[in-house]
Amino acid sequence: MSDAFAIMRPGFAAPDAPAPATPRAVAHRDGAPNPGAAALRARFGPAIVRVTVVWGETTVVVDRQRALEVIRWLHDDPTQRYDYLVDVTAVEFRDTEQPLEVVWHLRSLPFRRFLRVKAELDTKGGAALQVDSVWSVYKAADWMERECFDMFGIRFAGHPDLRRILMWEQYREGYPLRKDFPLRGRFSRSEQLRQALAANPESRYSMEELTIADAYEDLPRDMRDRLGRGERTGE
Amino acid sequence: MGLTPGTPSSPSTVSLDPPGSEFWVTAKLDDLVNWGRKNSLWPMPFGTACCAIEFMASAASTFDIARFGMERMSFSPRQSDVLICAGRVPFKLAPVLRRIWQQMPQPKWAISMGACASSGGMFDSYAVVQGIDTIIPVDVYVPGCPPRPEGLLYGIMMLQQKVANERLSDARLRNEMEPDPVSRLYIPPDTIDELSEPFGNSVHQTRSAP
Repeated sequence: MSDAFAIMRPGFAAPDAPAPATPRAVAHRDGAPNPGAAALRARFGPAIVRVTVVWGETTVVVDRQRALEVIRWLHDDPTQRYDYLVDVTAVEFRDTEQPLEVVWHLRSLPFRRFLRVKAELDTKGGAALQVDSVWSVYKAADWMERECFDMFGIRFAGHPDLRRILMWEQYREGYPLRKDFPLRGRFSRSEQLRQALAANPESRYSMEELTIADAYEDLPRDMRDRLGRGERTGE
Repeated sequence: MGLTPGTPSSPSTVSLDPPGSEFWVTAKLDDLVNWGRKNSLWPMPFGTACCAIEFMASAASTFDIARFGMERMSFSPRQSDVLICAGRVPFKLAPVLRRIWQQMPQPKWAISMGACASSGGMFDSYAVVQGIDTIIPVDVYVPGCPPRPEGLLYGIMMLQQKVANERLSDARLRNEMEPDPVSRLYIPPDTIDELSEPFGNSVHQTRSAP
């Protein structure tokens, strides 16, 4: 298991990682897949639905139930070491029969690899639009999953604090990036303004959320030492 | 020498400058107070987007907003005279803008800088207020996307003219905005809907769902 907090330095890359170079003559389809794809097939078998390569980037579609397991393995395995979660987002297609997809962009800094992991969500049933949160693997997923929830209404099970992040918490018009959401919103402009003005700014921008004391356990050791000596943190 | 009648620009100002005696001048109090006010407007910059970059350029040396007595940016609404809203205002920011306006003491004025602040501009979407005049009363609208500093300076000069023509006896000018206590809107809802109607190219856009 790789150390999540190992410091990256120049020349840190693994010995077999290719030297950084601008790729030339990349095929549109069916280029060389990321070696992670074959490793995933060998390790997880039927949980890997399909692998596609477009413009040299590999996309692995995985079973929704095992997405967290796959991503945790990609993060922890010493031959993969995907230590950087670039993005969590979702795709809804114009064809409403097609399920929503959640997309994780992973980057391995030591191996200089990029991998896109997708999972198709259930549209009906108790677990509709629900997927496991990867917050337990990457802390960076916190706000990205909140944004994904805010814009698409996808529920990330296991997220510590799944609230809206861009729209205000009392926002009642729905999920703006869904295909069935009208461009100008569902309510009239006066109603939108009335609801916006009814909000109390202090209730949304709480200083409590911003205190460094709450994050004490997650801070690097030197910062904890400084705080322990009573140094002011600028709050 | 002697009695000088008022000039066409300030007809009420009369001055006497007799040789070897004290000089005196008479003027309307309105003129004196307004002269002082219009030449020391302290702006409260409310910059949210690219208009704020142009606003900063107006404050820098080439355009030099200090020539108009506005070099003292007031980052506290309590010490400012003119709110310059530069940039788009999303609905989430609407209560913040409203509160800043309510914290400013009288006399106060507002400049809506740029297309987005004045009308929502190209952002005819679910998230953006379609003109800050649905939240606070606005004195001068500066068109442009973003307006050049000359445009903002012209708007400031228009505001100075407006200030120069105010009358102290006219209490209506200093009426504080009183929003409806329930809805918190200060103009009727149908007026807001009318002001927020799409115009220009956005008329041709259709709603993506009924």
